[in-house]
Amino acid sequence: MADKRMTLDQVVGELEDGMTIGIGGWGSRRKPMALVRAILRSELKDLTIVSYGGPDVGLLAAAGRIKKLVFGFVTLDSIPLDPHFCRARQDGKLIVAEYDEGMFAAGLSAAAKRLPFLPIRAGLGSSVVTTNPDLKTVRSPYSDEELIAMPALRLDVALVHMNRADIHGNAQYLGPDPYFDDDFALAADRCFVSAEKVIPTDELTRGKPVQTLLLNRSAVAGVVEAPNGAHFTSCYPDYGRDETFQRRYAESGKTAEGWREFHDRFLVGDEASYQAEVTKLREEAA
Amino acid sequence: MSDATRAEIAVVACAELFHGDGEIVASPMGLVPQLGAKLARQTFAPDLLLSDGEAYLLTPESDAGQKVIEGWQPFKKMLDVIVPHGKRHVIMGASQIDRFGNQNISAIGDHSRPTRQLLGVRGGPGNTVNHRTSYWVPRHSTRVFVDAVDVVSGVGYDNAQKAGPAATAFHDVHRVVTNLGVFDFETPDRSMRVVSAHPGVTLDEITANTGFALDKSSVTETRMPTDEELHLIRNVLDPKNLRDKEVRA
Repeated sequence: MADKRMTLDQVVGELEDGMTIGIGGWGSRRKPMALVRAILRSELKDLTIVSYGGPDVGLLAAAGRIKKLVFGFVTLDSIPLDPHFCRARQDGKLIVAEYDEGMFAAGLSAAAKRLPFLPIRAGLGSSVVTTNPDLKTVRSPYSDEELIAMPALRLDVALVHMNRADIHGNAQYLGPDPYFDDDFALAADRCFVSAEKVIPTDELTRGKPVQTLLLNRSAVAGVVEAPNGAHFTSCYPDYGRDETFQRRYAESGKTAEGWREFHDRFLVGDEASYQAEVTKLREEAA
Repeated sequence: MSDATRAEIAVVACAELFHGDGEIVASPMGLVPQLGAKLARQTFAPDLLLSDGEAYLLTPESDAGQKVIEGWQPFKKMLDVIVPHGKRHVIMGASQIDRFGNQNISAIGDHSRPTRQLLGVRGGPGNTVNHRTSYWVPRHSTRVFVDAVDVVSGVGYDNAQKAGPAATAFHDVHRVVTNLGVFDFETPDRSMRVVSAHPGVTLDEITANTGFALDKSSVTETRMPTDEELHLIRNVLDPKNLRDKEVRA
């Protein structure tokens, strides 16, 4: 079996301008933030981002990397709105495809099943229909119901962050919610997983239910060990959200100087220097 | 009993939304709706299911602080099963709402370049065509109650009708509760009607703060909380009185 270990920058080296990239997690929860930071250090541009959006979308939007955003919401959870995303929208800098949360799930599921679309009720009668002029309906062959035909959200690459993985790509979540990371993985040509810890295969289920194994190795092209790699989003049970840091991030969205200061302090160096700055900030606050 | 605050009256009005719902998932967004759902479950609607806002369904004992998990409801299950299956009643917020119950939480202005980006449509389109939906507006004003919403996140009666049988089959915008009163859409053309004004609120005040004409043919007064309800709100469900931050006294 292949050893799929990679570095963050090696993963980003596999990405190309203009790609459609799905980002796992949900809002400000278990986002592959170390991989997002690695994208910010690269020159990648014109990305189509598909995400249940949180600060992953905010950071990429602030850095001007997103050409098109496919989303149902963008939120920081404990802070309702992401200021960077809001600014990018209000400045007209994003092409968007905005869907209902359930339509988004149906689109990923269709892609994972290699279907062109899945029928869904959600979306009917709403602005989702008018703001997505390509969206079509499908008539039931069994009744008079006409439903939304949610197109497959096919991805070039998916990026997800898990609690544990082995070197072959078997990956595990240990918190209360898998989110949609399995669908992201299967909707993509290639999925890269960052994990808090890479451990031997026989340790994955030691004292843990087998249902925690969300991804098997056939769905995973590369594995990165990235401790604290979801920071500042939550990654239960390893850690909760860093609310102090998130507030600082949200503050940075208020002015151009704020963003530059945040960017230059936290996002210019490598992941180790990011984590060192985070630790330093925590000590400053204590 | 007469010393009930406006926030407490609003909590009870939200609780009343769940009358007769039975054994379904109540999904209240915002503090006053959450208190209302818990109050309903502690009194006349004991079979309601309530989550912690994340992946766990918690028993009524949990409302008083002792967390007891009775079920698992991760987001995927919510969107794949719970919402489409329909055994759910959501109370959502609304940045804008119009006379046929269309709601906007997505963006203000032109969708391609909004003057103010909000959350996005979230689950509004799916909620409104799949199961009973109510709204909570803590500050009733002409900015919220507008002639036409900028983005239709939650589907109102006119738009459901236009979208056909699949949209109307389970569409059920039940009520709107605000800091001023309770509203529904039980009129011949399914436009908004005043059900009740909260004690101390005049119809003129409601009219002046609403950007469209309301049906006022059968207005009552919102009922006051009972002693038991006040006890539960003040001593069990919200001892820190966070409700007064959402609704000014």
